[in-house]
Amino acid sequence: MEHLQAMRGLAPKDFKSDTKPVWCPGCGHFSVLAAITKALAELSLPREQVAVVSGIGCSSRIPAYTSVYGFHGVHGRALPTATGLKLARPDMTVLVTGGDGDGFSIGGNHFLHACRRNVDMTYIVMDNQVYGMTKGQASPTTDAEWDGSKLTPDGPCIEPFPPLKIALAAGANFIARGSSSDPNDLARLIVDGVRHPGFSVIQVLSPCVTFRPEQKEWKKKVRTACVDYTDDPARAARRLMTDDGFNFGKVLFKGTRPAFVPECSDVPCAIPELESGFAV
Amino acid sequence: MLERFVSLAVAGSGGAGVVTTGNLLLDAAARVGWYAYMTRSAGPQIRGGEAAAMIRLGSAPADAHDDHYDLLVAADWESAGRFAAELPLGATSIVLGDPRAGERPPFLVDAPARMLDLPMTALADEIPGGRANMVALGAIAELIGLPDEPLLAAIRHAIGAKGEAAVEASVASLRAGRSAVPDIPDFPRLEPRPAAPGMRWNISGNEATGLGALRGGVRFVAAYPITPATEVLEWMAHGLPRVGGALVQAEDELASINQIVGASYGGVPSLTATSGPGLALMTESLGLAVAAEVPVVVVNVMRGGPSTGIPTKSEQADLNIACYGLHGDAPHLVLAPHSVADCLMTTQWAVHLAESLQTAAIVLTDQATGQARAVIERPAELAFIGQRVVPESVAGYERYALTVNGVSPMAIPGMAGGEYTADGLEHSPSGTPSSQAADHQAQLDKRLRKIAGYNYGEHWAEIDGDADPDVALLTWGSCTGPCREAMARLRAQGWRVRLVAPRLIAPALPGPMAEALAGAPRLLVVEQSHGAQFLRYLRAHYDLPGEVRSLHQPGPLPVRPGTIVARVTNWS
Repeated sequence: MEHLQAMRGLAPKDFKSDTKPVWCPGCGHFSVLAAITKALAELSLPREQVAVVSGIGCSSRIPAYTSVYGFHGVHGRALPTATGLKLARPDMTVLVTGGDGDGFSIGGNHFLHACRRNVDMTYIVMDNQVYGMTKGQASPTTDAEWDGSKLTPDGPCIEPFPPLKIALAAGANFIARGSSSDPNDLARLIVDGVRHPGFSVIQVLSPCVTFRPEQKEWKKKVRTACVDYTDDPARAARRLMTDDGFNFGKVLFKGTRPAFVPECSDVPCAIPELESGFAV
Repeated sequence: MLERFVSLAVAGSGGAGVVTTGNLLLDAAARVGWYAYMTRSAGPQIRGGEAAAMIRLGSAPADAHDDHYDLLVAADWESAGRFAAELPLGATSIVLGDPRAGERPPFLVDAPARMLDLPMTALADEIPGGRANMVALGAIAELIGLPDEPLLAAIRHAIGAKGEAAVEASVASLRAGRSAVPDIPDFPRLEPRPAAPGMRWNISGNEATGLGALRGGVRFVAAYPITPATEVLEWMAHGLPRVGGALVQAEDELASINQIVGASYGGVPSLTATSGPGLALMTESLGLAVAAEVPVVVVNVMRGGPSTGIPTKSEQADLNIACYGLHGDAPHLVLAPHSVADCLMTTQWAVHLAESLQTAAIVLTDQATGQARAVIERPAELAFIGQRVVPESVAGYERYALTVNGVSPMAIPGMAGGEYTADGLEHSPSGTPSSQAADHQAQLDKRLRKIAGYNYGEHWAEIDGDADPDVALLTWGSCTGPCREAMARLRAQGWRVRLVAPRLIAPALPGPMAEALAGAPRLLVVEQSHGAQFLRYLRAHYDLPGEVRSLHQPGPLPVRPGTIVARVTNWS
């Protein structure tokens, strides 16, 4: 009990590390980091029981900025890394952080299958519709006409990837959208996502002020969603079909699928028992 | 006592029960105290294609096929013809064919072997529920001296669950085959030997690999199916949950490697198995495991390459990618078992080493070993269990601390005060990302130091033969069996021969290798790759003594003992 009391005393700042972020001044990710640490304090989790896993990109730097266990892996593979960790260590609370390029382009297949598999973890995707770390190329969520990159001077010319529609279609058990403009609200969504069993997806509108300066206007465009969550995928789908991408702050969908747990014997047998199958 | 062997092959279309016949023979052989080695070959068809079982039975263990087969049983000529190159026949070979199968194919018309009829289908038709492959099995048993009792036990074990009628039909077919086979007085026969129950194991290379992993402490496996590695994963899917572990089928190889990295970061020894194309996909994250110092084991069951290559047949051509495929300077472990039985020991050792050294280990087996099934001595228990160094105290803990031996204590999630971020970015000792030259140098040095400075002991290689040799055979993996047999034949001719087969491919160990090859004026390097990958690897890392010659050939044909003997006796 004494331990529990001590735990409850942890403040958001106790979940921050001393490492200074590489992000540009004004980057939305500062607020997302604040929301994550606030959520962890709210959840009263001991630091050693939490892991933040990421791939590569600006937002994937978050694990090193927290004081919990972290894993900064390779580009696009945060979800499988986190899946392995959670399945091997079901006692850990696992958060996955990353961006739209990491999650929906190079890691797109893993996103589909993480939604399908429904392992109990929370995926926070900071969506700024651009590859920031490589200095401003179109990402899978960039508008077809955006011509701000030398790599695609006429724009990517393909329609953006709709993360939440895909998440719903692929079977994610918790779907929400937050905004870096409201870290308190985002912290609430993260707490809710962590507590909900199964795979939780939280898309966060988090502007890149350096390569998409026009996104500074997002804070004027975003609005708090006016309806509460549904557990009916058909209703959630209809809502997403008419969504302009700027409704945030409410959970859209909470499913009731049980989280994936691999089959494992409660009473392990000894290896010689398996070996007897080979003896003649 | 003179050891005796008999080699036989059974070929037919898929569904003809070729592999079943082989499996029953192996089971029965184990029951009469024989040893056995069976490889199988298949065409590309998913179902219904041709298949061949190549079997060697003997009074001693065999890890290689002979130069030719004493007996070929062909269920139909077309299927057998597809394996013509894989089924060499000699002047004393016997070919049993079904008279209903029609004209013999060209490769048999020209073969020196004796052709005899065995009306397999006609005899089977006379028995309710009779099967032609069981008729063939009876004929084989009669020829090689395999008694009824162990065969009946094997049949009962295999199909007893199908009911007494099925067993009786098989037994009747078997006896029909025994009576119908022509008498061949000079055919090589084996004598039954006493064998205590349980002292022989009937196991495939892929199963032995899975068991070695479990014995080494692996408790998490991520799996993506690929021929010819899938049986490693399928065996573990059955075995792992029973010992309290978990296996998960992943969406692709990128997911499987990263899942095991995540699971191992969580403190659970982890493994995946794949083949060439899968290994290529995994190399980026093998580099991550090296940089972040997360122990993982990847078993690569090699097949013909490059690209999709020949998925169902063997080759030793993934040596380069296993040793050099990782980007950056990424010292890691590459190991190779040299037989079906050794898959167990080497995989277990690989888990032990990966855990001890906190790095990635690649275990290279191949289709010829992985999908081979052997009757072996019951393997000994080994003391290799994965043991990771964890921090004794978390005061001032640094995950990537610069230690003398290069191994830094690894905090496991859940350990209060040990919180750190594992990183594929270069880092300082604390794990904080760093692009400083000094940190890069220090971390590269420590990651090399822990692997180069470790004492691998006597298991690094299989060394056998004469102390003061005329010639040394230096080989690896599935070429070790043929080399061992070539050595025996050469010694019988009066040659002094030494065999060296490193189980540890990387890191190279120049000291022990120099000692192993000392005094050999001639060195023959034997491998199954078109590009002589092993020779080039040896040349890069070792000073090879004396006259060095290379015997390298691509898959899928195995290197035969006779080819090795000929290369030694016709030295040029």
